[in-house]
Amino acid sequence: MATVDEKRKRILGYAAVVLFLLFLPILVPRFYIYILTVIFVTSILAMSLNLVAGHGGLFQFHHGVFYGIGAYTAALILAKTSLPPLVGFIAGPIAAAAAGLIIGLFCVRLSRLYFGMLQISLGSLVWAITFRWYDFTGGDDGIHGIPIPALLSSINRSYYFILTILVIVMILLYLILKSPFGGILQAIRDNPDRCAAVGINVRRHQLVAIVIATFFAGVAGVMFVVVEGTVFPDLMFWVLSLEIFIMCLLGGWFTFSGPILGAAIIVSLRTFAGVYTEYWTLILGIILILLIFFLPEGVMGFITEKMKGKEPEALRSTEKEVDQ
Amino acid sequence: MDAGHTITFAVIASHFLVGISRAMILFVVSSGLSFVLGVLRVPNVAHGSLYMLGAFVAHTIATYFGGGSVAFWFALIASPFVVALIGLVAERALFCHLYEREHLMLLLFTFALMLIFGDLVKIFWGADYRSLMAPDLLRGAVTIFSSPIPRYNLFLLIAGPIIAVALYLFSNNTLIGKIARAAAVDREMVGAIGINVSWVFAFAFVLGCFLAGLGGALVSPTVSVTLGMDHDIIIETFLIVTIGGLGNMWGAMVGSLIFGITQSFGVLFLPQFAIVFPYIAVVLVLMWRPRGILKSVW
Repeated sequence: MATVDEKRKRILGYAAVVLFLLFLPILVPRFYIYILTVIFVTSILAMSLNLVAGHGGLFQFHHGVFYGIGAYTAALILAKTSLPPLVGFIAGPIAAAAAGLIIGLFCVRLSRLYFGMLQISLGSLVWAITFRWYDFTGGDDGIHGIPIPALLSSINRSYYFILTILVIVMILLYLILKSPFGGILQAIRDNPDRCAAVGINVRRHQLVAIVIATFFAGVAGVMFVVVEGTVFPDLMFWVLSLEIFIMCLLGGWFTFSGPILGAAIIVSLRTFAGVYTEYWTLILGIILILLIFFLPEGVMGFITEKMKGKEPEALRSTEKEVDQ
Repeated sequence: MDAGHTITFAVIASHFLVGISRAMILFVVSSGLSFVLGVLRVPNVAHGSLYMLGAFVAHTIATYFGGGSVAFWFALIASPFVVALIGLVAERALFCHLYEREHLMLLLFTFALMLIFGDLVKIFWGADYRSLMAPDLLRGAVTIFSSPIPRYNLFLLIAGPIIAVALYLFSNNTLIGKIARAAAVDREMVGAIGINVSWVFAFAFVLGCFLAGLGGALVSPTVSVTLGMDHDIIIETFLIVTIGGLGNMWGAMVGSLIFGITQSFGVLFLPQFAIVFPYIAVVLVLMWRPRGILKSVW
């Protein structure tokens, strides 16, 4: 039972973190600001996936494609047309959501693993076309030197911009999850048959969730373009999709902010291990195995358990004694 | 380029045969994946890495023994065993402690394995391109339907069905094969009659690794052995296993044929977008039969 007091505490906690992040650019070097910005972008992506994967129970195995579509749409509009940048920024998420609608329409007809596999093949189709269509997408070279509007060109400015977007996305996702729609989505995850029996249109709810999630993946894609000024087909490759999935699992995917933690862990591991050694994936793999063995509930689950302290456990044990 | 030349019967036939021979390699690898999926119910993401490992080990063994014909045949036989051994160690040391855990944790674990194997290959062999020479017997080409077919591809065309039949006999006529098949259908029942399910799982995992290694060794004379070959194969084999029917060995064969043939005809008709065709085939198959062509054990 989350009491009002607890809720207020949590909101205060988030506000404190955001406040801290607002002042950070004054205190730390640019490199760290850049890493944080990348973490923000990845967090948006991981949270969008978690809406369908963690809360919706769907095997959204190729989420990276929608990230890529968002990024490519923005990049193409910014680099190859004279339309105002804002058009690209808006078109990216919309294109991603449209792709989500089309791919989702096919996928929701299947269940579980088959859903995931169909999505992988449809996603790989998009990837393969992007990879080979040199005239339009730049093929395996991608598109480089995308002109970013001056307003966002410095890393500090894009840091603040993307932090704002992240906060907005988090609030929106929170509201969606707390809405009746979010409740139904989670009910479908837990028992689709029973939901169907009480007259819920399971597929339609799943499809709507996919469209919302892919829209936010598109937002993340546009943010990627803002930070890096480049796009390449690897954004749509299945390895990235798997990586996002792993972030959600790692952070704890029944939690709200777990994916952020997962994203932060993977991005910082890659960056900092990458500074010292060429073999950072080896280190990442070993750390993952350690986490699997020692933190089975995901990192976020571990932290919440620690924060709650021993009190609930003590309560539980007394209950047991009463039972006996 | 291809665009200029006319598409004759001979060209079609040769593309067809090359497509099927590539399908045989896909079959060997995906049957291993299918076996692991069927028995352990784990999508083993590291399967592609084991395939890559098989190719690298085969290359090293063949070069170590002088690179001749005998060295090649020895490498072809030894490399899968090396890979199987590595699989056994990983399974007994780490993987077997996780069977009771949530399913997606197992996926996470195989992902970690993929990362580790990928980098270990980079550490041991580096990022160079390598190539393995086929033995004298299998070099050159023979003419079939008035078009030249590489001898090695013919060898694959013969080896693939032999491996398939061997696998079939193995899983139907030996005790351990039968137990593994039973565990694929109902693992609790297998445990209930007093069989150590953990060892059945280990066996299935190791057999999967063996087949991945064999696929890698078989493919090594036809492609350049290099980092990244794991990423290409794994998604293909996953899709093959899905369209064929999860856990069904003959399904892996059907899926591989669909994949190999659409790919080689893609090269013939629209080379730039050749890689697109197999994915289209997969989408069509899944729309037509959402649970795969043949019966799945799931």
